[in-house]
Amino acid sequence: MAGTAAPKPPETNRVGLQKKDYAGSKSTLCIGCGHDLITARIIDACYDLDIKPEQFVKLSGIGCSSKTPAYFVSRSFSFNSVHGRMPSIATGTALANRSLRMIGVSGDGDTANIGIGQFAHVMRRNLDLVYVVENNGVYGLTKGQFSATADKGSKLKHGAVNHMHAIDLCALAVELGCGFVARLFAGNTKMMRQVMQAAMAYEGLALLDIVSPCVTFNNHAGSTKSFPYAKDNEFALQDIGFVPAYDPQYEEMDHGDEREITLGDGSHITIKALEKDYDPTNRIAALNLLAEYHESGKIPTGIIYINEAEPRFVDQINMCDTPLSRLKEDVARPSKAALDEVMDELA
Amino acid sequence: MATAQASEAETGTIVNDFVLHVATANGSGSQTSNMVLLRALFGMGIPVSGKNLFPSNIQGLPTWFTIRANGDGWIARKQDADVVVCMNSETSDEDVATAREGAVLIYEDTLGLADKRPDCIHYAVPFKKMIAECCPDLRLRKLVINMLYVGVCAQLFGFDMEEIKKALGKQLAGKQKAIDINLPALEYAYKWAEENLKKSDPYRVERMAANDGKIIIEGNAAAALGLMFGGVTVVTWYPITPSSSLCEYLEEYLNRFRMKDGKKTFAVVQAEDEIAAVGMLAGAGWAGARAFTSTSGPGISLMNEFIGLAYFAEIPFVICNVARTGPSTGLPTRTMQGDIISLFYASHGDTKHVVVIPSTPKEIFEMAGEALNLAEELQTPVFILSDLDLGMNYWMSDRFEYPTEPFRRGKVLSSDDLEKLGGKWGRYADVDGDGIPYRTIPGTDHPRAAYFTRGTGHTPQATYSEKPTDWKNNMDRLSRKFETAKTMVPKPEIKDDGHAVGLLYFGTTHEAIREACVKLDTKHNLKLDLCRLRAFPFTQEVEDFLHKHERVYVVELNRDGQMRMALNAELPRFSTKLHSITHYDGMPLTADEVVEALVKREREI
Repeated sequence: MAGTAAPKPPETNRVGLQKKDYAGSKSTLCIGCGHDLITARIIDACYDLDIKPEQFVKLSGIGCSSKTPAYFVSRSFSFNSVHGRMPSIATGTALANRSLRMIGVSGDGDTANIGIGQFAHVMRRNLDLVYVVENNGVYGLTKGQFSATADKGSKLKHGAVNHMHAIDLCALAVELGCGFVARLFAGNTKMMRQVMQAAMAYEGLALLDIVSPCVTFNNHAGSTKSFPYAKDNEFALQDIGFVPAYDPQYEEMDHGDEREITLGDGSHITIKALEKDYDPTNRIAALNLLAEYHESGKIPTGIIYINEAEPRFVDQINMCDTPLSRLKEDVARPSKAALDEVMDELA
Repeated sequence: MATAQASEAETGTIVNDFVLHVATANGSGSQTSNMVLLRALFGMGIPVSGKNLFPSNIQGLPTWFTIRANGDGWIARKQDADVVVCMNSETSDEDVATAREGAVLIYEDTLGLADKRPDCIHYAVPFKKMIAECCPDLRLRKLVINMLYVGVCAQLFGFDMEEIKKALGKQLAGKQKAIDINLPALEYAYKWAEENLKKSDPYRVERMAANDGKIIIEGNAAAALGLMFGGVTVVTWYPITPSSSLCEYLEEYLNRFRMKDGKKTFAVVQAEDEIAAVGMLAGAGWAGARAFTSTSGPGISLMNEFIGLAYFAEIPFVICNVARTGPSTGLPTRTMQGDIISLFYASHGDTKHVVVIPSTPKEIFEMAGEALNLAEELQTPVFILSDLDLGMNYWMSDRFEYPTEPFRRGKVLSSDDLEKLGGKWGRYADVDGDGIPYRTIPGTDHPRAAYFTRGTGHTPQATYSEKPTDWKNNMDRLSRKFETAKTMVPKPEIKDDGHAVGLLYFGTTHEAIREACVKLDTKHNLKLDLCRLRAFPFTQEVEDFLHKHERVYVVELNRDGQMRMALNAELPRFSTKLHSITHYDGMPLTADEVVEALVKREREI
């Protein structure tokens, strides 16, 4: 039709994909679930970071949270494995193909109860993985039992009180040598969006412990993981910015009193401390902070600890750059001379 | 040569036919001494085997090592030793009391054993006194004392000292300092025996030429080599006796032969437990690696959930079960074929697994590489069923042949393939009618490459489904795949001379069965056909064998006849023909036990 303007081309990212190319299937979680807010931020981050879906892998264990990989980036490979064992699947995947970018989505039961062993060891290994814990303090699919992150004194819907101490996954991660530890609240979209990108850009294990309320089983008075409680008690430690490596504006920005951290891929995190002057590169300070806030019942959100110097697992074990899944036979099978040499030794 | 007995009658000597049983304490360095004797016999060209009976302990508990040398090539375990060396005062009373009638006893002369067992031939040796004289370093005496019995045995039985020295050098890997400490003690004892012992036993060794082209190796090392030359890329493991040395050997060989530009073309990861080890395999196999772990029965139990998921989600990897005796601690240092049922049908729901069953080091070398092929071709976990006897004991073997066949990676679609298909494919669709679907590997660069892997019910297109028909159709396809596996797994080794009675066996009972059959034939005129199983599922040849024979004895090392149970379950129409011969005391089978059981059972029929 002559005279009309050409339709505006759809907005794409630097690998030519539209936001909808990062969509997943429709969520089957309860309306209002915190997990869906996190899913949306994962989609944002993948789009913003120009991630090629074919190079991205989504892994999970069992539970409501572990269902979510079906709800984002359908063009990526995904493995919904067994309860509490996502870290081992991620480890094997990284060993087979170190060039893949991985996100693992888990829950508080999947991680802090049945999966605490694999959680601890994957932290020690510093696998190149974004490890998201969608933390709501209860089991959803089995209808509302406490998990190990439920705070002491918090109540279930029908009134039962938790008498045990909570496992603080952030404190444990710092203790075990994790180099990127953040606590977030699913209701704080702005911070989640920045930190999700930073975690994906970080080389090594990034733990995101996200308070993600369960609207069906843990959103009542007496819960310390409800939307109202988290809104009233979130204490944002920092104003966090993320500037991707390709963005030329970074040099021109006025960073003022911000702390700047440059990641291995050339991107930058800017951290401006809010009320409290807090240094997230100090491991001891991180542990103290978590202990203090735990006593007060407040939820400190932001980057709790960051350390860019930790070597990644694939480098610790001196693995070759070629993904092992693509090794050719002439590399993967030693020569006949090698076998002859061993046979001679054994003769 | 059936000449051993003949020569005894003529000259009073028995040449190249004895069982030597050495009792020591573990952690005392006796393994080196025993290996010197074993390797020297091997070097003299005499067929030999070595079995280590050791405690689950680091230092100080009793341990025994049995060497069988036999000119006719019979190297299975034998119940009674001909020569008993007592180096452990804790067990010497019992060692002497349980020696067979007329056995040769070599012991420390202060143990007060001279008056016991007058039926036996005694050599009292002042080991403690001698070590003080030949080993100046007080701290080393406890270890070096074991070299003295090597010297005494070498002299008494006529070992070639050059072979002894060669064996010592090999055993100590050329460490000159260690050789300089041990060799003088060994030679001192040799000389002492020459001057002080009057030979009164009939045993002698003489050089033969039976071992040309042979090697001595443990099954675990052989499996490791098979995996390396089979192109294994990801190895995860959790330590458990008797499998630990498999992954340790594998890492050692990979570090030696699979480095490129200073980096590793493999990954070996010690996991936090067996669940993590198998989880890593599932991730690695899914993402395109040739992935392997080794474990033992308790590890298999822990791995069960992932094994079931991998069966259902169709993920290739290989697990070697080096079986031991019993649950939990059980008898962790003894052997058993007790994990038949728990492997064949491992995990919950409907599961059946492909298992290869080697008998010898050469076979485990070959089957390890083949298992990696089968796993990828069938897209399923494949198991290697070994045991402590094969894995940790010392076996003579023909040299291994270099595998020249290319790796078989199975039905994998590349991005080009997907392009040609117009992106239309289904992860769990049975395109070829053999039950084996096509798969893509994560990282395949095509917008339609990805699929969602899950334990939940799925359609041929890998979408979520809880529909009864989808579930059933998928299970039926997995059954078809298992039928296809029957045509791909190693076939049994069959010896069929048209006899009415058959004997079915597998794994490390091989040497005992071979020896028993000759004895049954020559001494009892009992002639048998043989079927040595080499895989599960049972192939057509197994069915044919059961069909042809009036009755078949199933010999296995467990109480309940687990292999017979599996045969009953898979091939029920033959169940009335099957009879169990079981052995389950933790020790390897002996030929005499088979002979005795068969003669008795056949008489009863």
